[in-house]
Amino acid sequence: MKRKIMSAREALAHIKPGASIMIGGFLQSGSPDHLIRALVRHGAGGLCIISSDSGNEHTAGPELMGSGLVKKIINSYIGCNPVTVELIRQGRIESDVYPMGTFVEKIRAGGCGLGAVITGVGIDTVYAEGKPTIELSGKTYLIEMPLKADVALVHGAVADERGNLALRGTAHNYTLWMAMAAEHVVAEVDEIVPVGALDPETVDVPGILVDALVKAGDAA
Amino acid sequence: MNKKELIASHIARLLQDGEVVNLGIGIPTLVPRFVPGGVDILLHSDNGILGIGPEPEPDGRTRDLIDAGGEYCTALPGAVFLDSATDFGLIRGGHLDVAVLGALEVDQYGGIASWDIPGVRSHGIGGSMDLCAGAKRVIVGMTHCNRDGASKVRRRCRLPLTAKSAVKTIVTDLCVMQVEAPRLVVTCLMPGVTREMVTMATEADIEFRI
Repeated sequence: MKRKIMSAREALAHIKPGASIMIGGFLQSGSPDHLIRALVRHGAGGLCIISSDSGNEHTAGPELMGSGLVKKIINSYIGCNPVTVELIRQGRIESDVYPMGTFVEKIRAGGCGLGAVITGVGIDTVYAEGKPTIELSGKTYLIEMPLKADVALVHGAVADERGNLALRGTAHNYTLWMAMAAEHVVAEVDEIVPVGALDPETVDVPGILVDALVKAGDAA
Repeated sequence: MNKKELIASHIARLLQDGEVVNLGIGIPTLVPRFVPGGVDILLHSDNGILGIGPEPEPDGRTRDLIDAGGEYCTALPGAVFLDSATDFGLIRGGHLDVAVLGALEVDQYGGIASWDIPGVRSHGIGGSMDLCAGAKRVIVGMTHCNRDGASKVRRRCRLPLTAKSAVKTIVTDLCVMQVEAPRLVVTCLMPGVTREMVTMATEADIEFRI
């Protein structure tokens, strides 16, 4: 079986300029900061970042957004990252905004093989302008398209050597869905245990989705 | 009690025992401290936790337990952690009883504008549209007028809508209003506030039923 444990540098080495990168986490909860810093060091630019909020002061989000490597952010609410707020205000990066429930469903649809998300959220607002709609059972819905990415960077509490991830508390958020929707998935974890040490009841992300495992805090 | 606490204390009285409640950032976060003893509400947060408890001791803080604003919190006995798709399924699927939100403007049709000031402030949408679409009832807690003295209680919202007709109840520093489109019905005046003061501060069509 292919060895998944590696350094952050190795895990991100193949990322090309212009890549689309999903980053897990809701603010600081489940934020893969070790990997985000390694992404900045890797230096590929023109990136499209897919992140609910681009982090806050407790994460490596401001460092990434301020690095000059990001061209666009697909997000739901970035008000907690002042670097992102200012970049958008100055028109220096593009921003695609979605209602949070739509944001996660687009990613889920991307990873789960669905053709579209049909949701009434945002109807009758400026957000809906220009978007395709469909009427079903007398109600109008927006048609939102699935979202996939080249890379996902996620955080887990514990992984086994197969890449099965156990998540904790509010760190679940987008992690599983991003792991499904991205081609190359890198997980940073606080602890790596042998296969068999993780109770299947506690596994939140199947290891088949995870391509690289990085121990958080290890030298890059 | 300052204005925000006054508003929060009135919202707290509207919550019923056993209700599942989502509190938005700002004034809504002040609500729990005013909920009467004997009324147990279950607090829900957009980032995937049902059963949020009070702030932890400094050494009890963990990145695995935060609220939707990034503040450290605790989980009460009986709490549940959810991933974001399930969490927004609860919201969009109508499983929350109450959403309490702040707003920039509301209108007499139950419209709410809370997410964007074009050219001034565009931070995004977050969970607000899902909450307005899915919660069984939406309560807005906000000041009645903005910093320039303009009424935030409009005939029609001028700022970008979060939802067109979602709001049931509006609580401001002047009064409590129920939405009975196409008018708002004032059901309670805050201490020291007269009908004239409310009428002067409100652009929307209103009726008094006190």
